[in-house]
Amino acid sequence: MVKVVNVHKRFGTVEVLKGISMEVPRGKIFVIIGPSGSGKSTLLRSINHLETVDQGEVWVDGILVNIPLKGRKFEKHINKVRQEMGMVFQHFNLFPHMNVMENIIMAPMLLKKMPRKSAERLANNLLNKIDLHDKAYYYPVQLSGGQKQRVAIARALAMEPKVMLFDEVTSALDPELVGEVNKAMKQLAEEHMTMIIVTHEMRFAAEVADRVIFMADGIIVEEGLPQEIFQNPTQERTKRFLAEVFK
Amino acid sequence: MVGLKFTVLLSYIDVFALGAMWTGILCFASIAFSIVGGIPMAMAVLSRHELVRRPVAFLTWVFRGTPLLLQLYMIYFGLPKVGLYLSPITSGILGLSLHYSVYNADVIRAGIAAIDTGQHEASRSLGLSKLQTMRKVIIPQALRNVAPALGNNFIALLKESALVSIITVPELTLSAQLGISETFRPFEFYLAAGAIYYAINFLLEFGLKRVEMKAALSR
Repeated sequence: MVKVVNVHKRFGTVEVLKGISMEVPRGKIFVIIGPSGSGKSTLLRSINHLETVDQGEVWVDGILVNIPLKGRKFEKHINKVRQEMGMVFQHFNLFPHMNVMENIIMAPMLLKKMPRKSAERLANNLLNKIDLHDKAYYYPVQLSGGQKQRVAIARALAMEPKVMLFDEVTSALDPELVGEVNKAMKQLAEEHMTMIIVTHEMRFAAEVADRVIFMADGIIVEEGLPQEIFQNPTQERTKRFLAEVFK
Repeated sequence: MVGLKFTVLLSYIDVFALGAMWTGILCFASIAFSIVGGIPMAMAVLSRHELVRRPVAFLTWVFRGTPLLLQLYMIYFGLPKVGLYLSPITSGILGLSLHYSVYNADVIRAGIAAIDTGQHEASRSLGLSKLQTMRKVIIPQALRNVAPALGNNFIALLKESALVSIITVPELTLSAQLGISETFRPFEFYLAAGAIYYAINFLLEFGLKRVEMKAALSR
């Protein structure tokens, strides 16, 4: 579903991705862990082309994301590709001038020409799923962090994407609010959504991941089943990181 | 000493009403055009393409660096010399709109630049184009954030609209002058005109406050 082939990315003189390759099959959940600055967020953002990769290929559902087109042609291509990928960010990035309902229905109405009635029905279904049906007409400023993040997930899901990308979505939350967002992601997992999750929540990673990727210094150090990575890591770097985290 | 006699104003109510109407039309149209003109100018100034940015930057420099009065003269008396004849009211609206587009563009530019990159990214990640992102996500927020500064520009525009009297637009100031030329009572007429300007300004500020309060609710 998502295939990354030998991806390199540098910011100025610093190479943050040094030849990353991975393949996420349909319906699988990959969790990327690693110390900060390891390049995991950059990798996730590269898949959505929020970062332009310098070298390598990113494929989503058989379509080359970083296709060598220029200007308007590329813009058209990337807008289409991005509709197939939902992305959720650390700082929610809800649109503050729109209420919850408008946040969710804006993209499907604008891009898929969905009639307002159907879009609202879809939004209400999503809000029911994440237990926020009573907040449809609240503005983001009136919501807690956990509620905002769940709305952000619903907003991404409203485009009915084939893949969901989660970029440290619980890092900015108070500890007691992490659970509700993780619950929403677990629900998605049960529906066999293809997901790539960057997180610092090791317990959550162990629970939902089909595979865990450990990144450090711009490379994939180790990849495996959650129990392999968390209980029997083979690489020294992984062991050091996990020892630090579980100290 | 001649005493003040405000009753003379009574027979000029219709003149003032007409003047206030023209001032209203002039300001309403100019405010609208100066926002509509200011938004693309702000986007152009923020553009990465020099061919877009430079000409607009030059225009900004010209319109900010020269007096509005001179610009009005140029439009009304100068342009006919190159074959472009505009009516007084059209010249007035054009002059005020261009002049204040430049000021609004600067305010809106700051408003756009202040929007968090996360907003752009969230919108683009949903599949919206750059233009759709601007239209649906960035500009509405930018306008809300700079509403007080834009409001200041609108109030300044209303007051400076008096300048348009010199190109024979029968607005409030010219109406007062008409009355004065017939009655030789400048104190009464200018005071009355001032009171009407103040009243229009009051309405404008009241409207702006409401818009700001509505914007604050959704922030």
